[in-house]
Amino acid sequence: MSDVLTLEDLRITYHTASGGIPAVRGVNLNVKKGEVVGLAGESGCGKSTIAGAVLRLLPAKTKIEGTLLLEGEDVLSMKPGRLRAVRWTGASIVFQGAMHALNPVKRVGDQVAEAITVHNQAGEKEARVRVGALLEQVGLPPRRMSDFPHELSGGQKQRVMIAMALACSPSLIIADEPTTALDVMVQAQVLKLMKELQRDLGLSMIFITHDLSVLVETSDRLAIMYAGKIVEEGPANTVFHDPKHPYTEALAASFPEIGDTRFRGNPTGLGGDPPDPADVPSGCSFHPRCPKAFEDCSSIEPELYFAGEGRRAACLLVSGAKAGVTEATT
Amino acid sequence: MSTETDVNLPQPPSPGDGPVIEVDDLHVTFAGRVGVFEGLRGKKATQSRAVDGVSFQLRRGEVLALAGESGCGKTTTARAIMGLQPPNAGVISFKGKPLPRNLKPYRRKVQMVFQDPTGSLNPRQTIYEIIAEALRIHGIDRGSEGETEERLVAKALSRAGLRPPERFFLRYPHELSGGQRQRVVIAGALVLEPEVIVADEPVSNLDASVRGEILQLLMKLRAELGLTIIIVTHDLGLAWTVADRVAIMYLGRIVEIGPAEDVLLNPFHPYTKALLDVVPEAGGLERPILAGEPPDPTRIPPGCRFHPRCPVVASGKAAELGIEARCKGEDLALEMLAHEHEAACYQASLEDTRPAPTS
Repeated sequence: MSDVLTLEDLRITYHTASGGIPAVRGVNLNVKKGEVVGLAGESGCGKSTIAGAVLRLLPAKTKIEGTLLLEGEDVLSMKPGRLRAVRWTGASIVFQGAMHALNPVKRVGDQVAEAITVHNQAGEKEARVRVGALLEQVGLPPRRMSDFPHELSGGQKQRVMIAMALACSPSLIIADEPTTALDVMVQAQVLKLMKELQRDLGLSMIFITHDLSVLVETSDRLAIMYAGKIVEEGPANTVFHDPKHPYTEALAASFPEIGDTRFRGNPTGLGGDPPDPADVPSGCSFHPRCPKAFEDCSSIEPELYFAGEGRRAACLLVSGAKAGVTEATT
Repeated sequence: MSTETDVNLPQPPSPGDGPVIEVDDLHVTFAGRVGVFEGLRGKKATQSRAVDGVSFQLRRGEVLALAGESGCGKTTTARAIMGLQPPNAGVISFKGKPLPRNLKPYRRKVQMVFQDPTGSLNPRQTIYEIIAEALRIHGIDRGSEGETEERLVAKALSRAGLRPPERFFLRYPHELSGGQRQRVVIAGALVLEPEVIVADEPVSNLDASVRGEILQLLMKLRAELGLTIIIVTHDLGLAWTVADRVAIMYLGRIVEIGPAEDVLLNPFHPYTKALLDVVPEAGGLERPILAGEPPDPTRIPPGCRFHPRCPVVASGKAAELGIEARCKGEDLALEMLAHEHEAACYQASLEDTRPAPTS
């Protein structure tokens, strides 16, 4: 299987008046064809910054270093014209605030059609036919294409956004918190739709959210981010049910399963707050909040160590337990 | 930050006392708007029945979760309890007495924690001013043990886990993290030494790892101060972790209420079952998901208000059982179907769908 997206040692630094703020600090990640990778972490961990970098949507002075290949093509060195072509045909994004991502004074069908005609995928007549088919695909009756956004509910708007993301048959779709603003029942409907589309069309996807329980339903592989780095990655189910990194463990425990008596009357959480990207702690960036931290954690910065079949975790505890194997496999 | 990690298991509410708060047949209606021309043509404003006959009792020392989709009336019920939303009908009583016209003494005893901590703190006030304002409004210059205002503010902050409190006195909300801001909001509620806290989605705006800490704090306060807590939430996982009792609301009514274990593990009402089905968990998206949008409180269907979306009706099971006509035509009230466990469903009252008791 070929990689749709390859990130190698990706480093992204935002420019501010008081100096650079490193939001992403060396991320390696690849997405294979037809694969769904879940990217999880709290606000400020850099997950949305990665999404922005793939389509080069970040503010002008942001420094992006490392390698970023979309279907083998270097995105970072693309000329503006090529970039325009790649946006939406190479990769598209379903944004978090579906409510605000649509133009309120244009009919939704025209907005979806615009994505098609701008990329010269079809003429106007043909585009309209395609919009009808797309809306049907996302579970909306085609006649809704002449509705304005305010005539649609939140879930319906998010469906339009998904139709728009599919419009140019991109090889990669990035879903950035696609359901956070939606109601529980609608969230389940939208997730189910996305999963079905992904399966039927063989889409490659990056799914971004802080809700691990959502990711475990939708993703094949999970990557957990903390303070600009991936701290654990592996198959979705095993990472969720048997986390190796203490941070993953805490994140998984924030969404307890109903019926799990361990959590009854006993909410678990981490002490402290997510770190300030401008002032990341030394050693393991998680050590000030880690319930399992020991002396070395504040001085030694862990790499991603082998943590079982297809899994890696950046925790000294994992390296200690697997010291012999680490050398051989990485 | 607090370092307490002690486990606070739910404590059964002490029997004997009457309910702290009693809500009896509460109705809140919002009027829609009609344009000038439509009004002249005789069009009537649509009425939105946000809360349409809610009754429940809040027992001393318990945590009650009020859960449901948006638009089900859970927040409106909470606001009505706070006296922030005048009811169109129905009575809310505090310790056996209906709410008085002057709500100030009542508000000292019942405090609210809102969803968005950033929005509920004045950005131009210091943390000290924010907390002390509540004391000043209520004309309190000495605590019950003769403490000064400064002592009272410090006590509230440290109870809310902001320690040492003096370090926070002169800070502004923007200097604090989301979790700390929510702690300030909780401290602001605690400074008046209330008996009841109404928390409207207290953690849904917070980062995942911080949520647990705020919930831990609420549980600790309940154990230490004997607070009674109403938590309004859409998250049944949260209800499972902290609530003693859970009330499920749908279109302005409570459709099921009972002990958290019973409601969440052996639900009676098809709507509760549907809500539990969509709680994301490993197992995938193969489970049934209710179609359709959240219901519209301006158009409440006749009969059981859930019947247009009810899988029991849609699958024809209701017709088989001979209850379809009632589901579609006859309104129904909550019925006690098991110990302390009530639900409003014809099918559930017809057959006890729970597994047989093992004892």
